[in-house]
Amino acid sequence: MKPKTATEEKVWVKLVLIGGAIAYLALVLFLPALNVFLQAFKFGLGAFFHHLTEPAFLSAARLTVIIALIVVPINTVFGLCAAWVIARNQFPGRTLLISILDIPFAVSPVVTGLMIVLLYGLNGWFGRFLEAVNIKIVFALPAMIFASAFITMPFIAREVIPVLEEAGTDQEEAAKTLGATDWQIFWSVTLPTIRWGLLYGLILTNARVMGEFGAVSVVSGNIIGKTQTLPLFVEDAYKAYESQAAFSASVVLAGLALVTLVLKEIVERKTQIKDVE
Amino acid sequence: MSSTTINRSPISKPKSLLAKISQVSLPWRITLGYLTIMLLLPVAALLAKASTEKPSDFWRIATTPVALSTYEITFVTALVAALINGVFGVLVAWVLVRYDFPFKRFIDAAIDLPFALPTAVAGLTLATVYSENGWIGSLLAPLGIKVAFTRLGVGMAMIFITLPFVVRTLQPVLQEMEKDIEEAAWSLGASHWQTFWRVILPPLVPALLTGVALGFARAVGEYGSVVIVASNIPFKDLIASVLIIQRLEQYDYSGATVIGTVLLAISLLILLVINLLQAWGKKYET
Repeated sequence: MKPKTATEEKVWVKLVLIGGAIAYLALVLFLPALNVFLQAFKFGLGAFFHHLTEPAFLSAARLTVIIALIVVPINTVFGLCAAWVIARNQFPGRTLLISILDIPFAVSPVVTGLMIVLLYGLNGWFGRFLEAVNIKIVFALPAMIFASAFITMPFIAREVIPVLEEAGTDQEEAAKTLGATDWQIFWSVTLPTIRWGLLYGLILTNARVMGEFGAVSVVSGNIIGKTQTLPLFVEDAYKAYESQAAFSASVVLAGLALVTLVLKEIVERKTQIKDVE
Repeated sequence: MSSTTINRSPISKPKSLLAKISQVSLPWRITLGYLTIMLLLPVAALLAKASTEKPSDFWRIATTPVALSTYEITFVTALVAALINGVFGVLVAWVLVRYDFPFKRFIDAAIDLPFALPTAVAGLTLATVYSENGWIGSLLAPLGIKVAFTRLGVGMAMIFITLPFVVRTLQPVLQEMEKDIEEAAWSLGASHWQTFWRVILPPLVPALLTGVALGFARAVGEYGSVVIVASNIPFKDLIASVLIIQRLEQYDYSGATVIGTVLLAISLLILLVINLLQAWGKKYET
C-alpha cells in the first residue's frame, strides 16, 4: 500500500518542484538573457548592424581583443608555473600560497582598481618615477592590462592543479630517466595530460578578461575611442540614453558568453569521456 | 642534464633534492615574482596608504553615516541574495540531479551564464526587464513594487550574479548521495518533509554553506551590474564599491582608501571562512 501512494505523490511533487525551479530560473536568468537579444533586434537587423559599425564600438571591440590577447598568454604562463609549484611540491606555506592565489576572487574589482591607482597613479608609489620617465600607466592601456590580469590570475592554476595532482609524477619521472629535458617533458608529457584542464582555464580567463568591468572602469578613465572596452561602452551608451547601441554591443558580449558556455560544455563532456576510458 | 640522470639512480634522496632545486627555479621564480608584482605590491600599496591615516581619522572616515549605510546596503542585500539562492539553489540542484525533463541539459548548461555574461550586460538587461515598462517590472508596478533603480534592483542583480554558486557546489554532493537511505526513511514511514529535513538536507549542509558563502563573497564585491541597475543614491541603494568610485572621482583618495581597506579586510575574512567551510566539507566526506 505505502509504496504506491509514495510514487503517486512523487509525480505530483516532482512536477511542482520542476515547475518551481524553471519559474525561478526564468525570472532571474532566462527572461533577462532573452531580453538582450529582443532589445537589440527590436528595430531589425539593419539597426543592429548599423550600431556595430560605429567607430566608438569598433575601437572598444578592438581594445577588448587587444587586452585579451595580452593578458591571457601572460596568465597562462603564470598559471602553469603556479600550478606546477603547488601540485608538484610540498613546502611550508603551501596552503597559504593557495589562499593567496584566491585573493583576486574575493576582492571587489573596484578595490583592485583602487590598488592599481594607488600604486601607479600620480600620487601613487611609482607615480613620480613614471611621470619622470614619461610612462603613462593609469588611465591608459597598461593599467587596464594590470587590472584584467589581477582579476583573472587564479583561473588557470585552479583548473590545472587538480589535474596535475591526479595524474601523479610517474610518467614525468619515466621520461626523465629516459633522458628527456625539462622542456621535452613539459611539451610531450605534462601538457598533453593537463590539456583539458588548461583549456577550461583558458576559456574562463578569456571570458572574464573580455567581460571585466569594475576594475577596468576604475583605471581606464573611460576615454571614448581610446581606453574604452566593450563593457565600458555598454554602460556609457546606456547612460547616454542610447540603449539601442548598448544592447547591440551587449549582443556581441552575450555571444561571447554563449561561445564560452558551449566550449565549457564540450570540455566538460570530453573530460567525462576521458574519465570513463 | 646528464648529471641529473646519473645522480638519480644510486642515492636518490639528497641528490634528487639537489636536482629538484636546479629545475625548480624557473617556475618558482615566475610564480613568486608575478604574485609579488601583481598581487602583493598592490595590496601593500593600499595598506600603506591606509596606514598613513591616523587611527582616529581612519575610524572617522570608515564610520561616516554614508559609509555605514553603504556597508549595511552592501552586506545585508548580499546576504539576503545569497540566502535566496541558497533556498532556490537546493531546489534547482535537486531538480537537475534527480529528475528528467525536456531541455534539462540546456538548462543545466545555462546555469553558468552569470559566470560567462559580462556584468555590465547583466545590469543593462535587468534594468530593462525590471523597469516600470519592462516585462517583469510592468507586472510588479501595479502592485507598487519598483525593482530597477531601488534597493530591490541591487538585490536582483546580486541574485543573478550569485545564482550558479549554490547549484554548482550542491550538484556533485547530490549526485553521490545514495538513494537507499531516502528509500529506507520512506519505507520506515517518514513523510516527504521528514525525509527532506532529517535525511537529505544534513549531508548537504557543508556544501550548501560553502555555496552560500561563495555567493555572498561575490555579491559583496559586485559592481558592474549593480551600478547600472541601481540609482546609486546614498542611504537608498548606494553600495560600498560604488562609494569608492565616487570618492575617487572626487579625488578623495583617503576616503576611497579607507573604505577600500574595510572592504578588503571583510573580503579576506569571508575567504578565510570559505576555506574553513571547505575543509569541514572534506572532513564530512570521509
